[in-house]
Amino acid sequence: MTSAARLEMRQGFHAILPLTIAVVPIGLVFGAVAATKGLSALEAMLMSALVFAGGSQFVAMDIWTRPANIAALGTAALLVNIRHVLMGASVARHMAEFSGRQKVMSMLFLADEIWAVAEFRARGHRLTPVWFFAAALPFYLVWVLSGLTGALLGAMVGDPAVIAMDFVFPAVFVILIAGFWRGNHTGLILVGSAASALLVHHVVPGVWYILGGALGGVAMAALATRRAREVRT
Amino acid sequence: MTLDLMTVLAIFAMAAATIATRMAGLLVGRLLKLSPSTEEILGAIPPSVLMVVVAPTAFATGWAETIGCAVVALSATRLPLLPAAAGGVLTVAALRSLGL
Repeated sequence: MTSAARLEMRQGFHAILPLTIAVVPIGLVFGAVAATKGLSALEAMLMSALVFAGGSQFVAMDIWTRPANIAALGTAALLVNIRHVLMGASVARHMAEFSGRQKVMSMLFLADEIWAVAEFRARGHRLTPVWFFAAALPFYLVWVLSGLTGALLGAMVGDPAVIAMDFVFPAVFVILIAGFWRGNHTGLILVGSAASALLVHHVVPGVWYILGGALGGVAMAALATRRAREVRT
Repeated sequence: MTLDLMTVLAIFAMAAATIATRMAGLLVGRLLKLSPSTEEILGAIPPSVLMVVVAPTAFATGWAETIGCAVVALSATRLPLLPAAAGGVLTVAALRSLGL
């Protein structure tokens, strides 16, 4: 391995490190909740390893039944994760250095946190496969193992609400949003996505609000862009 | 350490749905014609997507969560990720113990 690649590897690992640490309590909570829903530790770990999308895994626990309702769970995962289409389209613009196979592999690891650090990185650097996988793999491993640990500890983790462990997940997302802040324009986008998410959340049952809110934010950006161009001309 | 058939099939269904969304992004990205204004609009995706995930917690769960999110947002401008997240968690735990 060249020294440049080794540097990329170290930088990728460092970029994700705080998020890797922050995901431990989230994984523990997921595993513990899965145990209370009757999933075995092996099943909880299998879900973390194959689905690897925290938001949809928590939604699945909310609607979990025994026996599992395959259609309901598959549909909910599709709806919660449909934002990945936007995320993938956005980050793929920066993957000129990836081979076709590397792009496909990297998309399998497109969790919110990994995607967010990749978008940050792409603002100041070329995105390289070495950097990407050095960031993605440790995060993936820790997510799977912390879920397994939470499921094994099960009830010993206790009620996550008491020590507000369930708040780690939204807190991490708020911090990621702050990292994307670029002045009033960002504020406008956030108002657009939050308002449309809350509106859809209020009116339509289920998780449609995730798609509605994402499109609301993008629509707001489109409006602002058009307005800016009209002012200029 | 048991595996229930229906549970495993449900996990496969969730995985298939998730992988489909992740691969579709690659296809959509290839089809998009990139002009400066589409670039600008695509740039709105990261904050929008992240906002959507937290919006119900931040604005429709309770005062503890709303205040917690505000504390995290303010401290995120000055502190690294872990202390900012920890401050939010402590705030929410304290407010919940007060019954908020």
